[in-house]
Amino acid sequence: MATAAASVRSPGPLRRVVASDHVAGWLFVAPSVFLIVLFGLIPVIWGFVLSLQKAGLISPNRPFTGLANYQHIASDPLARTAAVNAVYYSFLFVPLSIVLALFLAIALNQKIHLIRFYRLAVFIPVAVSTIATGIMFLWLFDKEFGLANFLFSKVGLGPFGYFDSPQGAMPALVVMTVWGWLGFDTIVFLAALQGVPAELIEAAAVDGAGRWSQFRNVVLPLLGPATLLLVVWSTISALQLFDEVYFVTKGGPLNRTFVPVFYIYRLAFTTSYGFSKAGYAAALAYVLFLVILVLTLIQFWLGNRAVHYSS
Amino acid sequence: MTIAVTDRAAPAAIDPATLPGETGMVERPRARWLPFSPWHLLLMPAALLMLLPLVWMVATSLETLAQTRHFPPILWPGEFQWSNYPETLRAAPFTRWFWNTTVVTTVVVASNLLLCSLAAYAFARIRFWGKQVTYFLLLATLMVPLQVVLIPTFLIVKRIGLLDHLGALIVPNLANVFGIFMLTQFFRTLPIELEEAARIDGASRLKILFTIVLPLSMPALATLAVIQFLWTWNDFLWPLVTIINNTDAFTIQLGLQNFQGAHATDWNLLMAGNVMATLPMLILFLAAQRWFVRGIATQGLKG
Repeated sequence: MATAAASVRSPGPLRRVVASDHVAGWLFVAPSVFLIVLFGLIPVIWGFVLSLQKAGLISPNRPFTGLANYQHIASDPLARTAAVNAVYYSFLFVPLSIVLALFLAIALNQKIHLIRFYRLAVFIPVAVSTIATGIMFLWLFDKEFGLANFLFSKVGLGPFGYFDSPQGAMPALVVMTVWGWLGFDTIVFLAALQGVPAELIEAAAVDGAGRWSQFRNVVLPLLGPATLLLVVWSTISALQLFDEVYFVTKGGPLNRTFVPVFYIYRLAFTTSYGFSKAGYAAALAYVLFLVILVLTLIQFWLGNRAVHYSS
Repeated sequence: MTIAVTDRAAPAAIDPATLPGETGMVERPRARWLPFSPWHLLLMPAALLMLLPLVWMVATSLETLAQTRHFPPILWPGEFQWSNYPETLRAAPFTRWFWNTTVVTTVVVASNLLLCSLAAYAFARIRFWGKQVTYFLLLATLMVPLQVVLIPTFLIVKRIGLLDHLGALIVPNLANVFGIFMLTQFFRTLPIELEEAARIDGASRLKILFTIVLPLSMPALATLAVIQFLWTWNDFLWPLVTIINNTDAFTIQLGLQNFQGAHATDWNLLMAGNVMATLPMLILFLAAQRWFVRGIATQGLKG
């Protein structure tokens, strides 16, 4: 078809090749493919090679050490701490953010006054960077002058140490990141809610279903796919928490917020644990990648058995 | 001839600017025990709680240092210390960081719009050798978390000689797979008849893309633009590892971080800096809220 179109104007063999769809197609994708191969695909492979080496960022001398880096992970107490903290954080962050977002999305789907203001208030943290959020919450959760302790004192609680206290740092981190992510989750839920066909709800109402029953039996099942995606998405991002830890808690106090990507960063890009740790960091990154991959597959597998897809 | 363009890439995209807020439930007559909807009882405190950190940021940025060190905290500075803002600008090269971020973000967004459009058009419309494999390989990289490619990409950027230059923030991000994927999905939903007619009239692929396809794709392009803008403007980890010794090449996020380290207890100045760093993004968000919302809905449901 395309050759026929080309031959109308260009009978010459050279022009036919240049105008052929194979050449045209590759010319169109070439810049993007080049960039993504160079900065996306090659690093994936190189990352694995690095994980088999004793490598630093400065010296080009990178001797192969087989699986030594991977074997070291099992006996590394810091890797263990990071894993425990990542699990702890995920177990707090994922359910809390998703349940809150679901409630907010339902509320924000009502036809009431001020709804645009409410939506804006919930969505707006999406636009705020992790560093800006960190500064705000460092201030909000300041032990001495922070607003949070003042509000808690009004109801007879506190004062709390938040980011400075070993018990309080992780929950404070969760509150801060939930604030930042809530808008994102709510938007996804709200989109799913507005995708629920009105006829379905009307049909249920005609059949005498009450408002709760309409919600429980019609709307909620249709939110399944959105919920599954948010669970997967939130778990992935929870396990990769970095910015907030790096900026706000620096892994402390007492390593209570010490998480995997923070460890990977410090191994590779600082000398906190000595030189030539980039290979070991690459191995940790690959293990984390595998964990995330397996978890995602399990979540989709479990979820797809429970979730009802409409179309 | 009019063509109905349905945005299938974002099936459930919501638009808070025009949607009045539809209730999913069928309203039944019931006793009104409040002069207003009971939903306000949930939403008003929730909205205030969400806005609280932002409001207190602005309030603190207008206080004197003494006022910030007062307990109970002062929520409303009687007299606004506008001078905190020029003082912050004098204390650190915020304008420079601001400019850097603007340059990086503008170039990255523009380049992504162009390169992703080109690639997506080929993936959606042109049959060429190796297309499926290439597309699959590109999509596969979407699954890889940043920390896996962080170290090797750093080494590549270092080899090219871009470390400590704005180029380190620009070049690796000139095209991204999410943009290609989103636009490919969108282009596939466009009616092909017009393009075929143009082909028969002898129009080149490039001309078809720019005069027929892209004008019909403004919603998808706007969505990609704002999401890419958000990512680039707020990015932290990649600038952190590539801009190390050169504060002249800092982005606003790196600058904020640096400034916080130097002025950890000058909360009024910190907050003035924070307001200035956050404001452009907030303004863009307010102006383009529908595209952000659409982008997130698309990402969340299709990513």
